[in-house]
Amino acid sequence: MTAGRATTAGEGVPPGGEEVLRVDGVSVTIDTREILRGVTFSLAAGELVGLIGANGAGKTTLLRVILGLATANVGTVVIDGAARTRPGASIGYVPQKFELDPDMPLRARDLVALGIDGERYGLTLPSRARRERVRSALRAVGAEHLAQARVGELSGGEQQRVLIAHALVRGPRLLLLDEPLANLDLSAAQEVVALLGRLTRERQVAVLISAHDINPLLPVMDRVLYLANGRAAVGTTDEVVRADSLSALYGHHVDVLRLHGRVLVVAGPGDASGVDITLGDHGDGEALELHE
Amino acid sequence: MSAVARAIVEPGFFENGPVQIALAVSAVVSLVVSALGVITVIRGQAFAGHSLADIGAAGGSGALLVGVGPLWGFFLLALAGAGAMELVGADRRRSRDLATGIVLGAGLGLAALFLYLDSRLANASGATSTILFGSIFAISSATIPVVIAVGAAALTLIAAIYRPLLLSSLSRDLAAARGVRVRLVGGLYLAALAAAVALSCLATGAILSTALLIGPAAGALRLTRRPGMAVIVSAAIAIASSCVGVLLAYDSYYWPPAGHGWPASFFIVVLTVLAYLAASAFASRTRRAA
Repeated sequence: MTAGRATTAGEGVPPGGEEVLRVDGVSVTIDTREILRGVTFSLAAGELVGLIGANGAGKTTLLRVILGLATANVGTVVIDGAARTRPGASIGYVPQKFELDPDMPLRARDLVALGIDGERYGLTLPSRARRERVRSALRAVGAEHLAQARVGELSGGEQQRVLIAHALVRGPRLLLLDEPLANLDLSAAQEVVALLGRLTRERQVAVLISAHDINPLLPVMDRVLYLANGRAAVGTTDEVVRADSLSALYGHHVDVLRLHGRVLVVAGPGDASGVDITLGDHGDGEALELHE
Repeated sequence: MSAVARAIVEPGFFENGPVQIALAVSAVVSLVVSALGVITVIRGQAFAGHSLADIGAAGGSGALLVGVGPLWGFFLLALAGAGAMELVGADRRRSRDLATGIVLGAGLGLAALFLYLDSRLANASGATSTILFGSIFAISSATIPVVIAVGAAALTLIAAIYRPLLLSSLSRDLAAARGVRVRLVGGLYLAALAAAVALSCLATGAILSTALLIGPAAGALRLTRRPGMAVIVSAAIAIASSCVGVLLAYDSYYWPPAGHGWPASFFIVVLTVLAYLAASAFASRTRRAA
């Protein structure tokens, strides 16, 4: 089995629900480096997909292409039936962790309010309807009690909740999160994952979450989009995270170990050129992790 | 008026023409500059504000050389400096710092030349002091409408781009993903900052203008957690500091060395620093109590 076959339409189609996002044959080359090669998958309403890959595997580039911030050399991105060619507010987006100064004069509710119409020019008057929208978005992520707190003073997990509320306040059908679990401790990560799983079902949003470690996402993930060497394999965890399909993807033999419900991907013996094995610590034990 | 009040406000303060102009100018300037200051502190661009003032000094001294009001020189060169910074690149923090530093160096170099020529050719012996440290009592009444127009333009521009600017100050990616033209918004902010810095140069001189831009805003950010409220508190601190500064400068005519008076910009700067220290002390006390 080749990685190319793993991305054919048959397995790239979501199991049910209305298609929200379709990425078709997307290739990105920056300078002479091929970042993504022929990535094809789609995402349905009410479905949560994990975008898994080591640092540098092209996760952020793929998200940027979907957002319209980067252009694919080849291939198309279609959202709700319309081609995505430029950025716009129809996608809910939580970027990689950015620094928020504790002195920043911005309360959680101000950040969520920027999610309503932060890209518009001119000033708005406060209104009861706006306040209610902000409050209900904060309630949806279990952060109503944080409304008055400065965002810079919140913990990492609390900040992620508020950023998710910011991304959801306008009711988008597609939600993209770039490494939302990085820098979170284990229990905070579990809470955020559970929250994302619940929001996916309740609001019927299509959710794509990038992560370098697949394990925290296993309880809520419908399918996995595994990136390595710029190529993608799509399917359920059982279909994709297997020795044969991942070996094809990496172009090198890898073993997949399952241990206490966790998945470990380990480089096998032989020529490991281009594959670098490092020991990764994910808080609740040690796992071998593959890096390109 | 009671004896105490007379001791604080020396006779003739409110009837004096230059004092009236100084109060009007410093109030308008403080309002505009302190509002821009809040955004500047949020964006971490205090250094950019300072270097715009330094290149403004070149403009102000050059304007005296050709016989134009210094405000125009401050404004035009600060605007050119903002454009240069934007061209050199503001994408990354490091290149932004470098661009700012290059503009600052070029500005001070030109200012050194123009101030020298001012004192030799234009027979403007007080030019150095006026441009670098300000002479708020020497502003002509014809300048007031210009100050109000430039200030109103800067505030209007900032109000127009307020939300996209705030969003892109938090995270470029977040703003860009929503369709904000981050570079355009950043460039418009720099233009408004150039206008504010030019006003600040007029009131306190180029060297001290940063104090009025950053001091009140930094104090306000210690006291409030809301962006809109921070602008109001910052403006209040700035207006109070500059008006009281003008009053003290007027009173200081009778202080030693008698008959000379102390510069208003000195008082304004000292008051903004004191306001910041008081705000910090108050904030850390209430935070510990909370």
